[in-house]
Amino acid sequence: MKSEKHTLTMLVDNEPGVLSRVVGLFSGRGFNIDSLCVAETMDPKVSRITIVTQANRPLLEQIEKQLRKLINVIKLRDMSDDRAVRREMALICVHARPESRDEILRLVNLFRAKVIDVASNYYTIEASGDEDKMTALIGLLKPMGIKKIARTGSVALYREPKRGI
Amino acid sequence: MERTGAQILMEILKEEGVDTIFGFPGGAVIDLYDELMRSGLNHILVRHEQGAVHAADGYARASGKVGVCLVTSGPGATNTVTGIATAYLDSIPMVVITGQVSSHLIGNDAFQEVDIVGITRPCTKHNYLVSRVEDLAKALKEAFYIARSGRPGPVLVDIPKNVGAAKTDYQPIESVAIKSYNPTYTPNAKQLEKALGLLKAARKPVIFSGGGVILSKASIELTTLARNLGIPVTSSLMGLGAFPGSDPLWLGMLGMHGTYRANMAISNCDLMLAIGVRFDDRVTGKTDCFAAQAKIVHIDIDPTSIRKNIPVAVPVVGDCKISLTELNRLVAEYNLSADNAQRAEWLTQVDYWRKEHKLAYKQQEIIKPQFVVETLYLLTKGQAIITTEVGQNQMWSAQYYHFDQPQRFITSGGLGTMGFGLPAAIGAQAAFPDALVVDVAGDGSIQMNIQEMATAVQYKLPVKIVILNNRCLGMVRQWQQLFYDRRYSQTIAAHEPDFVKLAEAFGASGLRASKPAEVEATLQRGLTMPGPVIMEFVVESEECVYPMVPAGRPITDMLLV
Ligand SMILES: Cc1ncc(C[n+]2csc(CCOP(=O)(O)OP(=O)(O)O)c2C)c(N)n1
Repeated sequence: MKSEKHTLTMLVDNEPGVLSRVVGLFSGRGFNIDSLCVAETMDPKVSRITIVTQANRPLLEQIEKQLRKLINVIKLRDMSDDRAVRREMALICVHARPESRDEILRLVNLFRAKVIDVASNYYTIEASGDEDKMTALIGLLKPMGIKKIARTGSVALYREPKRGI
Repeated sequence: MERTGAQILMEILKEEGVDTIFGFPGGAVIDLYDELMRSGLNHILVRHEQGAVHAADGYARASGKVGVCLVTSGPGATNTVTGIATAYLDSIPMVVITGQVSSHLIGNDAFQEVDIVGITRPCTKHNYLVSRVEDLAKALKEAFYIARSGRPGPVLVDIPKNVGAAKTDYQPIESVAIKSYNPTYTPNAKQLEKALGLLKAARKPVIFSGGGVILSKASIELTTLARNLGIPVTSSLMGLGAFPGSDPLWLGMLGMHGTYRANMAISNCDLMLAIGVRFDDRVTGKTDCFAAQAKIVHIDIDPTSIRKNIPVAVPVVGDCKISLTELNRLVAEYNLSADNAQRAEWLTQVDYWRKEHKLAYKQQEIIKPQFVVETLYLLTKGQAIITTEVGQNQMWSAQYYHFDQPQRFITSGGLGTMGFGLPAAIGAQAAFPDALVVDVAGDGSIQMNIQEMATAVQYKLPVKIVILNNRCLGMVRQWQQLFYDRRYSQTIAAHEPDFVKLAEAFGASGLRASKPAEVEATLQRGLTMPGPVIMEFVVESEECVYPMVPAGRPITDMLLV
């Protein structure tokens, strides 16, 4: 059966040890984690964990059931389809030779990114977007020479209904 | 009310209906033990913390109540891990209380500090490190609630020394609700209707019942359904006793050492009603071939058990007892019965398999282990509580002791923990002081927690131990015999204690039988002697458990005698 990327977000109790319960479940049962994001929500007692994983249908069903079974998981949602928005962010430090600076700045504009640090030979770019956009930007910057990169995992939110639009 | 952490613990234990706890003291729990003296609770002092957990487990399995044990930090806590994992895999309700170093020392590699909450995270249903005395009552109440509700399991509560000693204002907690934990007890009515539809249409149905039926105390409902509809019943090792072993509809156990007729019936049925099972590989063999012609209805309280290993036509998430009650009601409402179900042909076929191959052994000059178990069954009229160790002794107990009631067969199914039987017997005996409790043991396993003989003697818990002494680690030796060309690497006992003298050294009684003619008399005598007794039977050493399905093969590939 085909394995697909899935973005799962869950609201969990903001307590010590909760993240290791979630991550331990993945490692202990041989599920894989592509990326992981954790932060507090508006309610300081609740955190949101977003995990991107690869799974086929039956495996995804098992992962979701196992996660829901954890006592500290309050709510879980699959955010993989169009009913949700997903974004990730990257800081990209790219070699800025005089001859490629224009091209870099053009790409930065095109992708609505920002240059946030300028060194003698390097630009550090801040970019955010969905996974495809990030992959495209990184692909285009690569020929210029990427010195280092820091990427976050994906975060996601469910879209609210669009009445009357 | 001002209370210390230790006082809160004792009050909550009593509130939760605990009368007996199993444990072993140490520095980190000295305040708790000090309070225990004033609590009026029974405490059974084991000789090793693993024994405490298995005893609490045996107590829970026999009584249906939550088992409780209390141990110190560090090595006391790590010694509980095997017992906790054993209870976890068999879904046994248990609360394990471990002492911890004082909270300000946590993380400092303090004396006897170990991260037991981290260590047991994957083998507990849930666990708590209580860092403030104010949080203790809530953690304990939740622990009991989680342990016994939904799919039961062990919960660990780690209490730092200073938390036990500290005082706080304590108000008893009336009820527990956890917003993220709401097990589904009541099944979806539509799913049950679908199940009924399949039951109506089925020509060759089988019920496969498991430990979940025993845990939810649904034996009567199961028996009613099977008898009303004339459906043959098989079960996993954990499910033995939920359906009467003497009923004509009983097929015997399923799986690797299941009966020929059970394995054949499952492999040929057109509908499987699976209740409170999790399709362990020891039951299914090669999953692609398992019940390949059947539509499967799977009732279980734990959604993760459904469609984990086996595709299912109708999943029903719910408590086994409530689901079966509801199903029985539907059966009555739609006037289904065994007569109008045209069951005769199928039951004739099942009966043919029954006759084609029966469990059998030939008693010759040397005692056959099966003969010992069979004689034990006859002498006790199937009424004893049987615990087992792990290996051949366990399988022969499952095959030759027929249980008519639930909670009478106490065995480590999921983890297969050698050394489980004796402490579990002690726990069961503590729950039922007047019952006859027998541990059927191998000579290998019994040595793993033999120290608990001292506990049995001290507390006058008259457990009877039947050692099937084949002078080898029989089950592993069997695999070596059948699949490794008789290369008996490390499975033949080069040295063993004199079990009769060992019993006597502990202050118990010891008996030995070496000839078939002595078996009945030895059992007769041993079972009626006061106090704990070890009965050693010197049995055939190269005997194998049959039928046997080699691991990973379809369950119709049975090696028969
Ligand atoms: C703690 C533990 N260690 C190892 C095993 C592997 N094992 C399974 S059965 C068995 C042999 C048990 O020998 P014995 O207790 O003499 O019982 P028999 O099979 O001879 O009846 C072993 C070693 C186990 N199940 N548990």
